[in-house]
Amino acid sequence: MTTTAPETQTVRTYKAHAHPAWRRVLVTREAAVIALLAIVIVTAIASVPNFDSPLTVTYLLRDLAPILLIALPMTLIIITEEIDLSVASIVGLTSVMTGILTQAGWPFAIAAITAILVGTIAGCLNGFLVTVVGLPSLAVTIGTLALFRGIAVGLLGTTAITEFPEFWTDLAKDNIPGTPIPGIMVPFAVLAIAFALVLHFTPFGRSLYAIGLNKEAAAFSGIDVGRTKFLLFMVSGTVSGFAGVYFTLLYSNARGDNATGMELSVIAAVLLGGVSIFGGRGALHGVIAGVLLIGTLGSALRLAGVTSDIINVITGVLLVLSVVSASFLAWLRSRRISAIGRKKGRSSTAPEPI
Amino acid sequence: MPRTGNSVTRAAGRTFKARETGILLALIAIIAVATIRNPAFLFSNDGFRDLLLTPSLLLLVAVGQAIVIITRNVDLSVGSVLGLTAYLTGRLFIDLPGIPPILVFVVGIGFGAFLGLINGALVAFAKVPALVITLGTLYIYRGINVAWAGGDRVNASDLPSDFRGIGTGQLLGIPFLTIIAAIVLIVAAWYLRNLRSGRELYAIGSDPAAAHLYGLRVTRNVLGAFLVSGALSGLAGVLYAARYGTVSSGAGTGLELQAIGAAVIGGVAISGGVGTVWGAAIGAYLLLTINRALPIVGIEDFWQRAVVGALIIGAIVLDRVLALRQSRKLLEAREVER
Repeated sequence: MTTTAPETQTVRTYKAHAHPAWRRVLVTREAAVIALLAIVIVTAIASVPNFDSPLTVTYLLRDLAPILLIALPMTLIIITEEIDLSVASIVGLTSVMTGILTQAGWPFAIAAITAILVGTIAGCLNGFLVTVVGLPSLAVTIGTLALFRGIAVGLLGTTAITEFPEFWTDLAKDNIPGTPIPGIMVPFAVLAIAFALVLHFTPFGRSLYAIGLNKEAAAFSGIDVGRTKFLLFMVSGTVSGFAGVYFTLLYSNARGDNATGMELSVIAAVLLGGVSIFGGRGALHGVIAGVLLIGTLGSALRLAGVTSDIINVITGVLLVLSVVSASFLAWLRSRRISAIGRKKGRSSTAPEPI
Repeated sequence: MPRTGNSVTRAAGRTFKARETGILLALIAIIAVATIRNPAFLFSNDGFRDLLLTPSLLLLVAVGQAIVIITRNVDLSVGSVLGLTAYLTGRLFIDLPGIPPILVFVVGIGFGAFLGLINGALVAFAKVPALVITLGTLYIYRGINVAWAGGDRVNASDLPSDFRGIGTGQLLGIPFLTIIAAIVLIVAAWYLRNLRSGRELYAIGSDPAAAHLYGLRVTRNVLGAFLVSGALSGLAGVLYAARYGTVSSGAGTGLELQAIGAAVIGGVAISGGVGTVWGAAIGAYLLLTINRALPIVGIEDFWQRAVVGALIIGAIVLDRVLALRQSRKLLEAREVER
């Protein structure tokens, strides 16, 4: 590089095509999901009887809490272009551990912490297989999905443990005093803020995007890709473990098949919220809006008398539409950019700087 | 490569090294252990029949899954396709009394192929990972099935007896379902091994971008793989109705995991381009035979899923180790040539 002229020219061209700030904030995938959520809420309040009752809010948020919790680490994992299909199995395994240890007479707090640690260990196994052995996370977590679920079902068989200390089950069910908002939203809010701060305001968070966009380039720029991914899978296991303890207390029920299929709801919500399955793109506020959108839509339709099978179809259609539309928009954009490129190529007299 | 020994020992060496041989030996070992513990496992009439019959439906689905995975995709919707086709089969017999079973087979396979085509079109044209698309259609197809069937279910008495005979009958001691599965397996294996478009599937799975640059019709081939997977799941759905007689809206739930497990355990690499449908078929037999063998060796069958999970993880770790060893050997060979 001996001359600087072409570089400044490039920068100017780039700026000329950049969108104004308001457009960059308002015309985003996240803004679209939040707007859609608002439309669904307003429409439901206006047209579905009982939707605006405090009880609806309580039940909706209670049931969504495990999905909201697990969606946080899942977002980070998908941003690094990996996936964790084993989260719901970890919920089941933690639930069974909580039940067995409580039944064995352990103080509940100790039993719960031990169960969460089991979740952490499960996450570490995923992380080990992905980063140290170097296997694709899709294959690993399909395997551990079966393995963790199998251990959970194997330990308890078809029996269920339903006796838990009332103090703890009440704690899981109680609302924040004076509001219809369940207490679980407090730890969720703390975790969500922590995850958002880490993802969007720290170098570590930026490094996740870098890994998702180009693993080799990230490694060359000094990011320890292996350690980062291991950490994410470990956190995913821990959070899923916490969700498992909450799930057990909320329904006073420890069973091997608890939360079966929940990984689908989590992944659907994360992708709906604007996280790219190709990695490198996404934001936490979009994901939270995505979970709330699927949950609110489901709850409103159920109150309106639509059966849960149709709601599942709608969830599936939303998932497919959200990825196909993202891909379609990217295709449109690439066409527009190449069209601009062609126009420029014709009008300019000097050859394009390379 | 230096050539040592005659062609017989070379062929023996190849067979011994093949992944398929390893799990075939594992399958034989399991059957042997279970039979020693309880001779009825193999030597009673029912035992022998169950050994052949139980995995036949899974085999059909696993063959389709293997073809899809070889192209570096995955089809999570197979269980939902099977369930939907199985219920359709029952409805056809109930709503159109006297319909010839052969027509039901054609409609069932065609409907499965259509559902597979939807998957394939979304994957191939929108350039979206198959994992997400088929996760979506898993929901959609199952939801349609449950909404359509409601609490209703098809009962054995709704199905004509000659149709049910296909599911339960046998020829020379071999169940019809096993014969159908074997024919499909042989055709698929021959196709993947000998035909140009079969080889192209491997090329696409090994490196989709290179295959595209080379001029292979990636879109069409991927579409075809999903179509085959859907058609085979549809066939399995019709046969499910024939075998079990009762079809509820939950038929085939969780089958996708078993099908992927069978393929992966059978040596089909989840990263595409590697494996055979023979492997997937042996994988299917291994999975379901273990399930039947567990109680005999004194383990509650609740643990089956854990065993399946451990096997899947073991298989992909083994694949990784073998791939690393091979690439090291190739590097060494290059050093020597210099």
